[in-house]
Amino acid sequence: MTHAASAAAHHTSLGLDSRKMAFWAFIGSECLLFTSLISTYLVYKGKSVVGPYPHEILNIPFTSVSTFDLLMSSLMMVLALAAVQRGDMRWGKIWLFSTALLGLVFLGGQVIEFTEFVHKGLTLQTNLFGCTFFVLTGTHGAHVSVGVLWLLTLWVRALQGKLTQANAMTVEITGLYWHFVDVVWIVIFTVVYLIQ
Amino acid sequence: MPRYRWWSTPAVLFLLGCGGPFPQSTLHPHSDFARATDVLFTDIFWWAAAVFVVVEALLLVALIRFRHREGRPAPKPTHGHTLMEIAWTLAPAAILVFVAVPTVRTIFATAGEGPADALKVDVIGHQWWWEFRYQELGLVTANELHVPLGRAVQLSITSADVIHSFWIPPLGGKRDAIPGHVTRIAFRPDQVGEYAGQCAEFCGASHANMRLRVVVESDSGFGRWATVQLQGPAAPAPGTAADRGKAVFARSACIGCHTIRGVSPGVIGPNLTHVGSRTTIASGLFPNDSAHLARWIGDAPSLKPGSLMTRMQPPLTDADIAALVAYLQSLQ
Amino acid sequence: MKSWLTTTDHKRIGLLYFFTAFAFFLIGGIEALVIRAQLAQPNGHLVTAETYNQLFTMHGTTMVFLALMPLSASFFNYIVPLQIGARDVAFPRLNAFSYWVFLLGGLFLNASWLVGPLFHAGTLNVAPDGGWFGYANLTERQFSPGPNIDFWLLGLQILGISSLAAGFNFIVTILNLRAPGMRMMRVPAFTWMTLVTQFLVITAFPVITVGLAFLMFDRFFGAHFYVHEAGATPILWQHLFWLFGHPEVYILILPAMGIVSDVLPTFARKPLFGYTVVVYSGVLIGFMGWGVWSHHMFSVGLGPIADSVFSATTMLIAVPTGVKIFNWIATLWGGDIRGTTALHFAVGFIAMFIIGGLSGVTHASPPTDLQQTDTYYVVAHIHYVLFGGTIMGLFAGIYYWWPKMTGRLLSETLGKWHFWLQFVGMNLAFFPMHFIGLLGMPRRVYTYSPELGVSDLNLLSTIGAFLIALSIFVFLVNLLRTRTHGQRAGNDPWGGATLEWSIASPPPVYNFSVIPTVANRLPRWKTEHHEPMRDPPATPPAPIHVPGGSWWPMLAAFGLPILALAPLTHTLWLALVGAAVLLAGIYLWAFEPFEV
Repeated sequence: MTHAASAAAHHTSLGLDSRKMAFWAFIGSECLLFTSLISTYLVYKGKSVVGPYPHEILNIPFTSVSTFDLLMSSLMMVLALAAVQRGDMRWGKIWLFSTALLGLVFLGGQVIEFTEFVHKGLTLQTNLFGCTFFVLTGTHGAHVSVGVLWLLTLWVRALQGKLTQANAMTVEITGLYWHFVDVVWIVIFTVVYLIQ
Repeated sequence: MPRYRWWSTPAVLFLLGCGGPFPQSTLHPHSDFARATDVLFTDIFWWAAAVFVVVEALLLVALIRFRHREGRPAPKPTHGHTLMEIAWTLAPAAILVFVAVPTVRTIFATAGEGPADALKVDVIGHQWWWEFRYQELGLVTANELHVPLGRAVQLSITSADVIHSFWIPPLGGKRDAIPGHVTRIAFRPDQVGEYAGQCAEFCGASHANMRLRVVVESDSGFGRWATVQLQGPAAPAPGTAADRGKAVFARSACIGCHTIRGVSPGVIGPNLTHVGSRTTIASGLFPNDSAHLARWIGDAPSLKPGSLMTRMQPPLTDADIAALVAYLQSLQ
Repeated sequence: MKSWLTTTDHKRIGLLYFFTAFAFFLIGGIEALVIRAQLAQPNGHLVTAETYNQLFTMHGTTMVFLALMPLSASFFNYIVPLQIGARDVAFPRLNAFSYWVFLLGGLFLNASWLVGPLFHAGTLNVAPDGGWFGYANLTERQFSPGPNIDFWLLGLQILGISSLAAGFNFIVTILNLRAPGMRMMRVPAFTWMTLVTQFLVITAFPVITVGLAFLMFDRFFGAHFYVHEAGATPILWQHLFWLFGHPEVYILILPAMGIVSDVLPTFARKPLFGYTVVVYSGVLIGFMGWGVWSHHMFSVGLGPIADSVFSATTMLIAVPTGVKIFNWIATLWGGDIRGTTALHFAVGFIAMFIIGGLSGVTHASPPTDLQQTDTYYVVAHIHYVLFGGTIMGLFAGIYYWWPKMTGRLLSETLGKWHFWLQFVGMNLAFFPMHFIGLLGMPRRVYTYSPELGVSDLNLLSTIGAFLIALSIFVFLVNLLRTRTHGQRAGNDPWGGATLEWSIASPPPVYNFSVIPTVANRLPRWKTEHHEPMRDPPATPPAPIHVPGGSWWPMLAAFGLPILALAPLTHTLWLALVGAAVLLAGIYLWAFEPFEV
């Protein structure tokens, strides 16, 4: 991450930053990963032979709040990038931390949700709904966790004064990841929670 | 004899000097299903052979004609030729149409749905043997499927454990036996005889040993077989070896897995009510004779790796085994 | 030593890939020989059923993931940056990471041969035994209780990470690091096929990752993704596996097609005929490779409509493939063909790949496929494609580029011996398999009955396999001999048209003393429109900064097998250690000063 400036200055055939291009390729690859997971969820929908079934257990109001929280974190991410790009590291730090914090809140919500489901008798072993639900949302949660770790790392670097306007590309790529994870959640929220 | 026979692939094989009756050959079809497939294969084979000859010949001519010679002028740096590109895109596409049309026709003709009067048999794959249930006759047997010559056969195939694939090449293509699914094939055999087949989908340790036979009989022969199978098991005369064998059977672990109607209800292994009438044991592995039966009962896993029929604890005595063999052979 | 362990130089990583992959190729070959020895006669008993099942599983897995893919990768690494006029790949340390993950993943898989005693079993007892295609539900804990399948699925997960990382790296390298003037339509065919391959890698591997993850959850945590009693279906695995598996076939063959497309013009002294068409047909094959997966599943009984559709898409793919073959022949036509060993192998590729392609058409037709699938006929088909095709193509690449990679030419005499032994050997080994299959012998059987009438054909096939082994031995002698006795190659032993031949062999660490400016597709050849470009000077006019090495990619790579050991041995602390090592590697890597 420290050599962002020099990397950006490098000549590239397409005029695009190489790290950014690699990240787009990575996101393309991740799309296939989540497509496979979501397709499996859909294929196995309604195939569970024992309960609890989705409509008995999913808490839509609660998850709507989580979804809103994640959407807001994307907004914070946009603000963070804008701040770093204009060299305003004071607000850059604030927004980076806010993004991570909202990410943590989302993860907290997921922990609460999972715990509640387990108490209501839905585990990975219970039925197909349990298998597909926990693996799909769990994989997404793992992505959020990586994102939070990444954002906090940038925040600490910023506190140390090692993340500056020159590293705007690093923040931009972090943002790409964060927005992608957010968009995936919108799809999951729609497929799993809203369309039952 | 259909007209294509004289130049079909078996002829090529014959020229190669291979003899043999080839009981499991796809090239010796003996049902409508297998024949339709064979006709299609022969069609495609000759298209492929023609393409092979033309393309390899072009390659060889190019290599010989344009090999390096001293003093040859530098080649003209041609970069391509649009018309030729179009030509050799369209030519294979045209040939493929000739392959695709009969293909689709055969797909629908062999989709596995037999006529309404077909003999319906449920096929259940097990690790590593085959179970056959004749619903309309109320018959259950294993590893040897008997069918009449004059009638279409409709098989509904599934599995009790992992995925297998049911395949009797002379009577037609394979279909997978999948737990939780039922797949179908239908065929009408056109010659009396005994045909070999075996599981085609890797299914664990003894996949290679999951064989089967199909006996195609005349209608009357099939009727006789069915009548015998419907009867209860033979009751051995008191005091004979077979009678002692029945006692051994009844007090051993045998009854936990095997059905002999009226004697034991087990369903894990093959139904033995008429095991003596089968030509082979251990799903087509060995001839059904005393020596092989004795070895099988004594130590099945040594003959069929992974076999669920483990050695009995405590082991049966040789006398017990001999009595069991006599009993099983009496179950005609 | 240290400089090799920490290297981020694409050329050194390319050589590491080559030697590692070739070692795995030899292991996979030995497995094949044992298989053929067992089948030399009916009722063979050289090895037990259980050992045999491990052998064919590991043979397939090794050849696909540990030999062919990484052998191609060795050329991606060594040759692609040279062909596009770059000093290295886009992410040199990510490249090193890919290699170390590949090595460790390969060792992890193969360790399963030896570590049986640690799992209270004999040696040669816990290697994967579910087939390289690992069909569920046989791979479920219920039917495969041992650690065998665990080794397989964890090993493949590790290797997938290596392939994905390399995929991102090479896509960016090819798109972004081309020398000035090297437009996409001036990129050499091999590099083009590399690009298509990498797009297939980054899209196909996530699918198998998910399929394997489901299997992991089933085996380690009692989930039911493939358990039909819970309402699931084992067919899901087949869809996921072949959605990956068929693109994987093109991942294996496209690089070899690229090599052939570079070798033929050089030795025919004629530009590649229909370059644009060859490139676009490669791209088309890549796209179409995604629409044919269910042709591996005709026997599942998907219904006549699905069968017809997948049959049609599969036959369509023969068209761009045929177009390539015609263009190769047209490249030779009118040329001045020098019969070097590399050319022999390239022509061998075409000749053998035609057979594999044509037998492929016979099982693109579902009714005939029902008689052929899961028999030796298909074993013949895949070996004509992957041995006659990919291996021949890779050997063409080896004979062609070895002088560039080492500075010394391989012996042409031994090379011809190698070629003809291999050519005769492979046809003897694999051609009879067509008949063996048609006569009714299924594949993946450790034994067969003499009554099938295929005993002589099997013996013939076994003799062929040992002939192939002999040919590989000749190649190894050639490699060793070349180290000391090989003729010096100079910059350009063949009169090549592409940039890699404009610099020293082996190239200096910075590759190009001056980054060349490319004006056309064949920069080093004189054509009707162009004079050849001037090669870069032997010494750089100004000092060139070369990035140093790094330990951290290797450290991060070590985290993965440690993580994989946790579920294998049911040890939680190993997971924590593995995650810590991985994270430490990544952080140290991210924050170390490293100038590209």
